[in-house]
Formats: sequence, structure tokens, C-alpha cells
Amino acid sequence: MLSTHGSADPVLSVRDLAVEFPTGDGVVSAVNGIDFDLAAGETLAILGESGSGKSVTAHAVMGLIEPPGRVVAGSVAFGGVDLLAASTEDRRRVRGTGLAMVFQDPLSALNPVWSVGFQIGEMFRVHRGLSRRDARRRAVELLERVRIPAAAQRVGEYPHQFSGGMRQRVMIAMALALDPKVLIADEPTTALDVTVQAQILELLDDLRAETGMGLLLITHDLGVVAETANRVAVMYAGRIVETGHTDAVLAAPAHPYTEGLLASVPRGQSGRDERLRPITGAPPSLARIPPGCPFHPRCLYVIDRCRQERPPLAAVAFRHENRRNPPENLPRSEEPIARATACWRSEEVGRGNG
Amino acid sequence: MALSEGSAVEVAAEAPVREAGLWSDAWRQLRRNPMFVGPAAVIVVFTVMAVAPGLFTRADPRACELTNSLLRPRAGHWFGYDLQGCDYYAKVIHGARVSMTIGITTVAGTALVAVVFGTLAGFYGGIVDSLIARLTDVWFALPTFLGAVVMLSVLGGKGLPQLTLVLVVFGWPTMTRLMRSAVLTVRDMEYVTAARALGAGDVRLMWRHILPNALTPVIVYGAIRVGIVIAAEATLSFLGLGLQLPAISWGLMIAGAQSRLLTAPHLLLFPGLFLSLTVLAFVLLGDALRDAFDPRLR
Repeated sequence: MLSTHGSADPVLSVRDLAVEFPTGDGVVSAVNGIDFDLAAGETLAILGESGSGKSVTAHAVMGLIEPPGRVVAGSVAFGGVDLLAASTEDRRRVRGTGLAMVFQDPLSALNPVWSVGFQIGEMFRVHRGLSRRDARRRAVELLERVRIPAAAQRVGEYPHQFSGGMRQRVMIAMALALDPKVLIADEPTTALDVTVQAQILELLDDLRAETGMGLLLITHDLGVVAETANRVAVMYAGRIVETGHTDAVLAAPAHPYTEGLLASVPRGQSGRDERLRPITGAPPSLARIPPGCPFHPRCLYVIDRCRQERPPLAAVAFRHENRRNPPENLPRSEEPIARATACWRSEEVGRGNG
Repeated sequence: MALSEGSAVEVAAEAPVREAGLWSDAWRQLRRNPMFVGPAAVIVVFTVMAVAPGLFTRADPRACELTNSLLRPRAGHWFGYDLQGCDYYAKVIHGARVSMTIGITTVAGTALVAVVFGTLAGFYGGIVDSLIARLTDVWFALPTFLGAVVMLSVLGGKGLPQLTLVLVVFGWPTMTRLMRSAVLTVRDMEYVTAARALGAGDVRLMWRHILPNALTPVIVYGAIRVGIVIAAEATLSFLGLGLQLPAISWGLMIAGAQSRLLTAPHLLLFPGLFLSLTVLAFVLLGDALRDAFDPRLR
């Protein structure tokens, strides 16, 4: 197995994770053996379209896959323990204190019948045994920490009285209540206005820097990735097809799918004659993933081998000149930056471009 | 909008931890709805009547003069007298206690069973759900009234506790199904997943997150059910299967009136009127609650 992962000492380490959902239409293989590591203080983005398996990955890491869905293989190592092998009770104890999660739509992820202060305070009452009064005081502190104005006045209000961005801050406050080591943010800005998106990303980034937690950012938005992630893993049809440091991947995508994604997003560069090139076709049904490379029916560079053999995730040579903006707060390492892709053409890319 | 936010802040400031939101919205709407205020007022009057009948009449329903037997309504005795010469107004007032007691205790008992079974079935699914679902199926197959008749004749006494028990035993399946389906809906809400993701255990999920959000159908049906149960008690007592003389209940009074409908119609009229009014009030209350809790009607 190839090491596609930046740092030596990850807080969260996922290996060979596979998740299936039996349906009337056959077994849907939502996640098909993915690996990634997340270091403390690092932001890893999992980038993919709807149905690429990125959310299922997040849920599987948290242990939130509901029957009939099931995790069929793999391990999720956190704090030296494989969570997939741990007891239900042990897993429950890790949630909130070790791993926490922020959801896409903060309105539906907050309970409508309790005030936000009560919901945040409950974290302290249940896990820390605080009194109601103390829990409420801590709730106000947390609301201030996620920069909600007039936190002391708003702590008694209900989720529907907050705006979308403020709700997401409340959700983040709840997730951070017990100082988790890893925060999984599942499309945290998708349901928000563009102007608010940037604020939430900035907040998440600041909190990550403050607390030194690892941030696993699940998103379909290349802009989000470019802005916040140290590393990115691109998912397609339940597999990671490309991974590496964000700027490297964005500067010189090694997988045709990543390339296609980049070409289909407007850059908004003025003075340039810019044409968007959408990826033709649609993502495959996860109940009928094509043989060989799952991307081959949509690929511009398809060769015969792609139709028959599934390409493994393999290292790609990486040209340092392509790093236009070196990330500042990376864990420094002398090793060459790991960069991998699952494409038969990658050897060519490595030879030809770098 | 500014007004309501302002008031919400004030309320929050004075009451540190309040469980509202959905509930306070519903209450705000209910207060202005005459279809709620009217029935609620009637229910308050009947409840006071049940708790303190002395506020409505000084006459003792058991102090009877046979010379007054079957006298028609008259000044000072608006409801007339019954066969034994008891003041009928006093009897009808005292009859409220039985109806209200049986209505409320039966529905409370039914709701307790329904909430526990329905929540477990909906939350855990699988075998627990199948067991409870089959049990309700079997129960639905039992003819309610025949079952009640058999059970009452098997049970020793025919008092309030026995009647309540029988009405709970034959009333729980509908409410349990209602609760189960509400729990099924709420269980898949993202805030339940979110709470689980932040470390909430099963009991906490059910108690804090599912129950408060799944309770409204049971509350609505419960209000209607109180009316149904009160009518059922009257029916069973009328048939001689419920309370026995000398207990005072509207059902028994109506039973006593049946053979004298032409000669003494007031014996039927007054307890019948009170009974219908109570049942109607609870049914209308249930409707108003349903409208207030149904977000589609907002």
C-alpha cells in the first residue's frame, strides 16, 4: 500500500474503508476502499460531486451509517483505537469529545424545540456534569468564540430565530464544546449565502489554528478547497482518484476527472477569453460502477487499458515550480510532498509535465 | 417580526431554560383562536365542576325526598327531580366528576403505554418494532365492545378503576401506531443524527430530541380521545356494564331516564346535554390543537 499521506503522526487514519447500501436495485457501493490520514492542525478536503461517496465517508468515520447500510471493510484509527472494532458505548464516548461533526443544513441539524443555549449547554451537562447555570455560562462563552454578536442575549433564542450563517456558527459552537481533536465538516457552507460562506470558512480555519484540531472538510466546491485546505482528496464513484497538496493538485491536476472539474469552474479572470468545459456524461450509478477505471466512459484520454483494469492510487512526480502559493502553515517535512492519482495516464503526466 | 424577537428575548431573559419554540408558536396562535378558547373554557368549567361541585350547587345529590319524585323543572330547581326525588341539578353537577376523571385518567394511561411502546418501536425498528406492530394488529382484531363486556364481567368490581383499565387495554393500539409513525419521521431528522454525532446516547436521543418533536399527534388525538372515552363510559354504564347505582354518572342517569322518556324528558335532557357538551369540547379542542401544530396550516 502506497503512503499518500503527508504527516508521520496522524490523529485520524482511515484505511481501506468500504460502505455498502443494499437496495431494491442491487447493492450500492458508496465507498470502495479509501485511505486517508489527517494530522493535527491540518485541513484535508474531500472533494467530490453528489453521489461520489464523500458524505458517506464522513458518516462512516463518525459511525453514523444506519442499517441497512453497513461498513463492509476497513479501519478508522483514532487515538490508537480502531473505531470500527470498538464497542457501541466506546464509539459513543469518542463522538463529541474526540470526533465531532458539523452538518450541511444548520436549520435541520439543530433541534427546533430547544433554545441554542440549552442545546450547547447539554454537551457540558452530559459529558462534563456541569450544572444548568454553569453549562449556560459556557454556552455563552462558546457563542462568543464563534463570533455571534450579543451572545449573552441570544443564548436563550431558538434556532429559527437565527440567520443561516449564525445557525451554522451555533452548530460549530456545539461541535467544539468538548474540544474535539478532529472536526468533520460535511458541506458546512453549501446551504449558505456566498458572502456568509467565506465568513464560516474563515471561522473554521481560525478555530482549527487556535485549537490545533484536524479539520476534515467535505465539499463539492473547488473554491472552498482552494481557500482552506492544506491537502485535498478527490473522490469519484466511491474512490479517491487523486490526492495531494491543494495548490499542487489545483495547479497541475494529474487525474482527468480533477482536470475536468477545474475546467468546468469559472475562474472569473478578467480580460481572458474563458470557456467552461463541462465534463460530458453523468456520474455512474453506484449500483453499477463501470469496470476498469470508473471514470473511463467520461474520460477524454481513455485508452484500452482503462476499460479493463482498475488503476490503483499511485505516486505522481510533482514539479515544485507549479507551486505558485506555497501554503504557510503546513506541517513542515523534508520528504517530497506525497501526490498520488488513480489513472493509467499518470505515468505520462509525470514524464511529460514534470 | 422585530416585536416578536424582542419579546422572545425578554421571555428568555426571565426564564433561564424554557422548552418552547414550536410550542410557544402554537400557544401564540391558539390564544387567538376562538375554536380553541371556547372549548377550553367549557373544559375549564367542567373540570372545576368535577373538582369542586360545591361551587355550583349547595344541594346534596343524595338528600332525596320521595314526595318530589319526577317533578318537572321549576324555579329554584331548574333541572327538576329524579325518580327518588333527588335534586337533578345537583346530580348532574356531581356527575361531571366521574366523566372527567375517567376521561383524563384513561387517556393519560393510554398515552403512557403508547408513548413508551411507540417510541421504542419507532426508534429501534427491527424485532422490537415487529413485535409491537404484530401486537397492535392482534389487538385491532379484537372487537372492542365485546372485549370490554367480557373483561368487565370477568373483573370483580365495576368501579372507576376497572372501567379505566378496560378502556386503556382496548384503546392503546391506535395511539401507539400514531406515536410510532411520528417517531419514525423524527428519527430521520438531521438534528437527531447531529445529536448522535456529538455523543448523545439512545435514551437521551429519545427523551430530548425525539419525544418533544413527536408528541404533537398524540396530544391532538389524546384530546379527541378524552371525549370518546367519556362517551364510552356513559355507554358502558348505560348498558349496565360500567358503574352501578348508587354511583352518580351521566351514563347511569341516561340509563335511568330511558323508560320515562315521555313522562319525564328532563331526566334524559340534562345529563345528555352535559355529556354531549363535554365530548364536543374535547373534540373541538383536539381539532384546534391539530391546526395549531400542523406547520402546513401556518
